[in-house]
This record gives sequence, structure tokens and C-alpha cells, in this order.
Amino acid sequence: MHGMPSILPLRVENLVLEREGRRLLDAVSFILPAGGITALIGPNGAGKSLTLRLCHGLIRPEGGSVAWSTGDGRIAGRPRHAMVFQRPVMLRRSVRANLVHALEALSFERAATRADTALARFGLSDLAERPARLLSGGEQQRLAIARAWALEPDLLMLDEPTAHLDPGATRQIEGIIAGLAGEGMTILMTTHDLGQVRRLADRVLFLHAGRLREDAPAARFFQAPASPEARAFLAGDLLW
Amino acid sequence: MLRLSCFLRKLLSDVKIPLYIIAMDVLGAMQAAIGLMVTFDPQFLQIVGLSLRVTLTAVLLAALIGLPVGAWLALSRFRGRAALIVLINGLMGLPPVVAGLFVFLLLSRSGPLGPLGLLFTPTAMVVAQTILVLPIVIALTRGTLEELWQEYREHLTSLGLTGWRAVPTLLWDGRFALATGLLAGFGRASAEVGAVLIVGGNIAGYTRTMTTTIALETSKGDLPLALGLGLVLMALTLAINAAGYAASRIGARFAG
Repeated sequence: MHGMPSILPLRVENLVLEREGRRLLDAVSFILPAGGITALIGPNGAGKSLTLRLCHGLIRPEGGSVAWSTGDGRIAGRPRHAMVFQRPVMLRRSVRANLVHALEALSFERAATRADTALARFGLSDLAERPARLLSGGEQQRLAIARAWALEPDLLMLDEPTAHLDPGATRQIEGIIAGLAGEGMTILMTTHDLGQVRRLADRVLFLHAGRLREDAPAARFFQAPASPEARAFLAGDLLW
Repeated sequence: MLRLSCFLRKLLSDVKIPLYIIAMDVLGAMQAAIGLMVTFDPQFLQIVGLSLRVTLTAVLLAALIGLPVGAWLALSRFRGRAALIVLINGLMGLPPVVAGLFVFLLLSRSGPLGPLGLLFTPTAMVVAQTILVLPIVIALTRGTLEELWQEYREHLTSLGLTGWRAVPTLLWDGRFALATGLLAGFGRASAEVGAVLIVGGNIAGYTRTMTTTIALETSKGDLPLALGLGLVLMALTLAINAAGYAASRIGARFAG
């Protein structure tokens, strides 16, 4: 990744999102440089998933801006940020066809090669011809990550990547995420699992009630949270 | 039930045909019908061939028009969309004779398309059956694709596949449900008699299909041909249902 053009840093400024008169996000700003794992955390309804969706361009904010270093987040016409959804969307096709479909911008041969690389990289080669929707939850999540990885994004966004998984699959997915970060892919993820944040994250963005309350290195966030909301959240006191 | 059997008995005694003679007649007709089928009687084959050609062409045309229109209806939002959907769903139950009448008026000599001279031709029958099948294809495509889009929307948007660019994915992933819909359309068109009778005219050797022949021959009392064609129609219906069942079973496997 070094020396190659990148869409990072991502500059998020004053994001405002309103739905049915309610302000769901209020003046959220942060800068995401290349590298590392950043965890977006906060209680339910804090706006974590919405922030990801706004960054990915799936929804439009009422105010503020999402700016990439290349302007539109594309390089050579192709978007360089990818997203894995909380419930992985599995097309009604084989595992391999799910990968090839995502690569439709490439020529057929290049897409096939890239799909095979992704299958091997994520240990899915044996499942290549299976209908994707018959995979287990952990395998589906792995395929969803492989599918996003195959797009060669600079930034990979993951929305609650282990929310529906058993401990074994969770450990596997965490290993994959750490591995991707180790290869230089920038990760922005939401999670409910504070243990997971401790295990994975370099940096924490703490959202509460649509506002960004804290932006700190993970170690400092856990040792000395600056805001009373973050202290209450870490202590397990429910916040609304 | 009692009243019906009384009625039948009265009918039979009125026309003075003992029951066992009718039974013999049916058995004999059945034998003759099977004879027509196994000897590949040219008239018989011609009728079956024309029926299949007309109906398959109609289903193909309905698919070519209905799949894109259904996809458009599934993905677009405009005023009056709900009314249009209700109208199309309602047209699925359009009586074939009414469709036939409509095409007849369109193609009759004084009608808007009269100069084309298509009335009482196989082409007119194709047009009428296409009108019968089209609402089924549109409604089913709309429903299938709308449901798939709800599920796939974020992923496809993430890949930049929105609007028309999402349609190939949705059509392919709805392939089994859509195949079932096309088979249902084929079943409706191959079984109907009203539309092809009105616009085809039941001309021997030209526009005579299985259903119109059955109607005519039964009323003439020539049972072997009617029964033989009836058997073919039944076999066809069974085959369609078997294919539909297979499609939904395979589809269920991919749908997980």
C-alpha cells in the first residue's frame, strides 16, 4: 500500500443526519489516516452503523461532508472503500459466483483469477461451488469479507462483523481482521464487544446519542476515558 | 348430488341412449385416440404442433416484454404505481374470451389494425395469448424482484449496481421463481380456448389448436380426436407442473 495512491485520509466533517424530525447524528467529525484498526463504539442507537453508511455513501447527510483524498473515494474509476454488512448479503449463487459478481468491473478472466485468489486467501476453496446461502454464519461472514477484500479497497468498513457468530467463528473473524490490518489495509469497524475492541483496535471513536464524545487511542480510552458518558459506558451503565 | 343424478338419468332417458352404450363409446374412443397418438396421425400432429408453436411464441414474447417491464415496476417509484400494480394483478384473471374479443376488435377489418389482415391467422392467436400471459409475467417479475431488491439493496448499492444496473443480478437470482412464473403462463395459454377460438377462427389445418379442436369435435360427437388431444393436454399440464416443482426445489436449494 505504501507509495501507492490512496483515498485516505478520510475527512469527515460536521455530519448531520435527520430522520422524521429526529437528529440521529450531530456534528460528527473525525479524520481517518491510512493504517490501523479504528473501532466505532457506543450504545445501541448511537449512530455507529449510520456513520459507516454515510462514509460509504449509501445515505446522504443533511449536513456536513465526507471527503476522501481523491475527492470521490475512487482511483481509476473504481471505488476504493468497501463495506461488509452486519447481515452478510449472500446472492443466490455459488460461493465463487458471489465473488465473481462483485468483480464485474474486471474482465472475466481477471475476475476469475481474483476470485480464486480470494477463495484461497480466506480458506474458502473447498466451498467454492456450494450455494453461498447454505454456508454457516461464520463461513458467510468470511465470504463477505473475502468479497470486499477482492475489490482491493484501501479502507474496509465492517458493521458488527461478529454480532451473530459463536466464539470460535468470532475468533476466526478477528484473526482475519487483524491479518488484513497487518497487510496494510485500513479498517473502520463498529462493534458491541468491548473485549473485541481491546483485542483489535488501535483507536476508538466513541459515539453517544449521535455525537462523537471521544476520539482516542484504544489504550488511553480504556485507561482514562475523558468523558463521563464513556466512563459510564465502560462501567456497563446503560446510556440513552 | 341427488338432483344432478336425477337430471342425468332424465337426460339419458330422453335421448334414449342406454348408459352401457355411452361407456362402450368412450372405451372405443379411447382406443382410437391412443391409435392416433401412436401412429403419429398427421392431422393430430399438425394440431399439437400448431398449439405448441402458438403458445411457446406467446410465452417468449410475454417474457421479452414482461421481464423488463416487471423489473422497471419493481425498482421505480412514481405516482399511480400502486394503481398500476393492482391493475396488472387484476389482469392476471382476465377471461380469455375477453382478451380474444379485444384482439378481435383490434384486428377486425374495421379495427385500427385491420389493414394488416391478421385476423384468423396464427399470428392473431399469438397476440391474444401474449396478452393473456403478459400480466402473469409482469406481476411475478415485479413481486420477485422487489423482494430481492429489499434484501440486496445495500450490497448492490455498495458495488455501484443501482437502477438498471441492478436488474441483471436480480433477474438471475430470481431465475427459479421467474421460471415457475413462465411455466404458469404457459399453462394458462395452452389450456385456454376462448381467445384462440375468437381470433383464430378454428380453421382446419390452419388455426385449429388442441383446445378448439376438442371443443368442436366433442360437439360433433367425434370423440377419438377430442380424447387424444385431451390426453396430450393433460400430459402437457403434468409436465409443466413437474418442471415447476423441479424449478422451485432447485431454487430452494440456492435460496438457503
